[in-house]
Amino acid sequence: MIDFTIPDDIQQQRKLFEMVARDVMRPIARYYDEHEHEIPWEYVNRMWPLVKMEWAQRVTRAERQLAGEKKEKKEQKSGKRKYYPNLQLVHMVEMLCWGDAGLYLCTPGPALAGFAIDAAGTPEQKVRLLKRFAEGDPKWGAMAITEPGAGSDVSAISTTAVRDGDEWVINGEKIFITNGWLALEASDGLVVVWATVDKSAGRAGIKSFIVPAGTPGAKVTKREHKLGIRASDTAALVFEDCRIPLDNILGSPEVQRREDKRGFKAAMQTFDMSRPVVAAGAMGVARAAIEFVKEKLAEQGIDIPYGVPKHKLSAVQRDVLEMEAQYKMAWLLTVRAAVMTDERQPNALQASMAKVKAGKAVTWITQKAVEILGPLGYSTEYLAEKWMRDAKINDIFEGTGQINTLIVARRILGYSSRELK
Amino acid sequence: MISFTPSEEQQMLIDTLHKFAESELRQQAHDCDENAEVPMSLIKTGWEIGLLPASIPEEYGGFGEGHSMITSVLALEELAWGDLGIALNMLTPALFAVPVLLEGSEEQKHEYLRRFCEEDFYPATAAFVEPLFQFDPFEMKTTATREGDTYVLNGEKAYVPLAEAADVMLVYANEGGQTQAFIVPRHTEGLSVTKRESLMGVRALPMYRLKLENVRVPAANKLGGEQGANFTRLLNYMRVATAAAAVGVARASYEYARDYAKERVQFGEPIAHRQSIAFMLAEMAIDIDGLRLMTWEAAWQLDKGQDATKAAYLAKLTADDVAMQVTDRGVQILGGYGYIREFPAERWMRNGRGIATLEGVILL
Repeated sequence: MIDFTIPDDIQQQRKLFEMVARDVMRPIARYYDEHEHEIPWEYVNRMWPLVKMEWAQRVTRAERQLAGEKKEKKEQKSGKRKYYPNLQLVHMVEMLCWGDAGLYLCTPGPALAGFAIDAAGTPEQKVRLLKRFAEGDPKWGAMAITEPGAGSDVSAISTTAVRDGDEWVINGEKIFITNGWLALEASDGLVVVWATVDKSAGRAGIKSFIVPAGTPGAKVTKREHKLGIRASDTAALVFEDCRIPLDNILGSPEVQRREDKRGFKAAMQTFDMSRPVVAAGAMGVARAAIEFVKEKLAEQGIDIPYGVPKHKLSAVQRDVLEMEAQYKMAWLLTVRAAVMTDERQPNALQASMAKVKAGKAVTWITQKAVEILGPLGYSTEYLAEKWMRDAKINDIFEGTGQINTLIVARRILGYSSRELK
Repeated sequence: MISFTPSEEQQMLIDTLHKFAESELRQQAHDCDENAEVPMSLIKTGWEIGLLPASIPEEYGGFGEGHSMITSVLALEELAWGDLGIALNMLTPALFAVPVLLEGSEEQKHEYLRRFCEEDFYPATAAFVEPLFQFDPFEMKTTATREGDTYVLNGEKAYVPLAEAADVMLVYANEGGQTQAFIVPRHTEGLSVTKRESLMGVRALPMYRLKLENVRVPAANKLGGEQGANFTRLLNYMRVATAAAAVGVARASYEYARDYAKERVQFGEPIAHRQSIAFMLAEMAIDIDGLRLMTWEAAWQLDKGQDATKAAYLAKLTADDVAMQVTDRGVQILGGYGYIREFPAERWMRNGRGIATLEGVILL
C-alpha cells in the first residue's frame, strides 16, 4: 500500500534535532567555517550523550549474542510495530545538515566505521571495538578507503596488509579521510582501513582492518583546507609497518581467505546504506537555502504562488519553484532508498539514483540561491555563499555524481563493469 | 505506514492494464495517430475493464469503495505508457464522472454516475481549456451568470474531447470571479461545436472548439448544487492525473530507447556501451522515478483529504519538463529512426509535449 506517512517517533525526533540545528549549529556555523581545524565542542558535547546511548544499545545486543543468547526477535514480537532505522537516519541527517553540513560531519561516534563493524563484524569484534563509543569522552571513527591512486576505482587500492605471526602489518597511504585526525589523534577512536592481502587477487584480496588510535606506525600527515564543509576534518593518513592484532580483520575467519570475495562485497554494500544518508545531508543544505531565499523574498513582498499559470510567474518565482521541485524529487528518491534498506530490499540502484539526484540538485539549488540573493548572496554576511560551498561536496564524496550515474546505467542496462566502462 | 509498494489489488490492476496496453494500445497506436481516430471496438474493450465503476460506490451504481487517486495514477501511468491519445479517448467520460463523484451533490451523483456503470461506453466530457495564450483556469473568460432559476453561459472553449459525440458535458466557467462547473447536455440551445482541433500530438483523440451563446441550464446543474464545487481541489486532481500520464509517456520512450541502445551496434558494439548514451538513459530513469514519486505523494495527499495544492502543482511543473526532456532524448538515442513515423519515438515526443498543455483534459 503506497503511503507517505512519516512514523510519529521520527517526526518527534525531527523536532528534537531541529532544536539542535537551530539553537546549537546555526549560531556557530560561520565561526567554524572561518576557523578550520578547530573542534566544535559546543556541538560535539551536545551530541555525544545521544550517540553514546545509541551505540551502547548496539554493544549490549552484541554482548548478548556473544553470551550465546539468540538474536532478539524485536520486529516479529512487537506485532505491527515496524522499525525504520534508515528512514530515521536520513531524517536526522537532513535536519542536522539543515543546521550545518560541516558541523554535522563532526558528530562524534564511529559513523561509517561503526556501521561497517556492526554489519560485518563478529559479536566479539563488535563488543571489543565499539565499546569505546558507548562510554567515556567523545570519540570518532573513520573509514579509510581513498588513496592517491584509488578514488572511484576501489579495486586499485594499493595499501597492503601482510600477515606476520599473530599480527597484520599495514603499509600504505590514505587520503581525504573524513574525521581521520579526530579518530586517530584527537580521540581514542579507530579507523577502518581498506587494504589488500593479495594484489593479484584483485577485489577478492581487499579486506577491512581496524586500526585503533595510538597504534604505532599510524599517523596523520596532513589536514586538508577545503572549499566548503570546513568544520569537518579531512585528513591524509600514513601507515608505516603499522601492526595490529590478527583478529582486527573485519568479519568471520572465512573472510580472511584470499579468494573470498564476501569481504569486498560486504564493504561495497555499506554504500547502499550510506549513499541515501549522504543524499539526505545534501537535502538539508538545499532546504536551508530554499527557505532562506523564500524568507528574503517575502521581506520584499515577493511570495511564491502555487497553482498559477506559468505566464503569470516572474523569473525569480519560476526559479524558486524549480528549486522546490528539484528538492522534492531528490528527497523522495532518498526516502525511497532508505525505506528499501529498512525493508531489506536490494537498493543499490535506488541508492545511487538518490545520490546522483541529490548531489546535482543541491549544487544547483545553492548556486541559484546565491544568484537570486545578489550582492547579499555572495557576501559572507549571510550563510548562502557557505551553503553553496558546502553543497558541492555532496556531488563528490561517497561516489561522485558520475560514478553513481555509471552505477545506475549499468543496473538499468544489465551491464557489467567490463561492458560499460 | 510508509511504503512505496502498491497493494496486491493495485498490482493486479497494473498487470491487467499493462497487458491491455501492450496488446491493444501499442499495436494500434500508430494507426490511430495517423487516422486521427480510435475504433469504437477498442474503446469498448477498454470500457469493459470497468475503471470508472470500480471507483463509483454501490449506491450510485458502481462496485467500488470510492475514488482512490493512488489507484488512478497507477492506472493512468500504464494506459499512457500504451498510448496517450487512445488512453485519453477511453478516459474522456472520467472528465465528467470524477468531478461529479468528488464534488457533485447527492442528486447529481444519483442522476449521473449510474450512466458510467452500464455496459455501453457513455460519452460524456468536459470543456475546460480556452483558446487563449494567457489561459488561466482561475480566471476563465467563459462566464456563468445567474438569472432566476437558470445559469446563462457565454464564451469559447477549446480542447474539448469527444464534444461532437458527447451526451453531456461539464462546462467550467467564471461565476463572479470564481471558477465553477456546470452540467450541460450536449444539445442545449446555444452550444455549438465550431471545429475540430488539429494538434501536434494526441491526434487519436478528437478534440473540439465550442461556442457557448446564451446557453441556459437549470441552476441545479451547477456542480455541487447551490454552494458549488471546490474548484482548486478538482484542479489538483487534474494536475496529479496529468503528471501520472507524463510518467507513462516518458517511461514508454525511455524503455524503448534503452532496449534499442542495447541492440544497435556501431563501431563493433552496442551504442549502450558508450557513456554518452548510457548516461542519458540513467538520467531519464532517475527523472522518471522521481516524477513518479512526486505524483504518488500528491495523490496520497488527495486521498488523505489533505491540501495537495503545492504537491500537485510541483508534480505538474516537473511533469511538463520531464515528459519533454525524456521523450526528446528518446528520439535522440534512436537517431534517424527516432524521426521516422514508422517508429513510435517521435509520437511519444509529440504526445510528451502535450503534457504542459493538456491540463483539464486528463483525469481518472
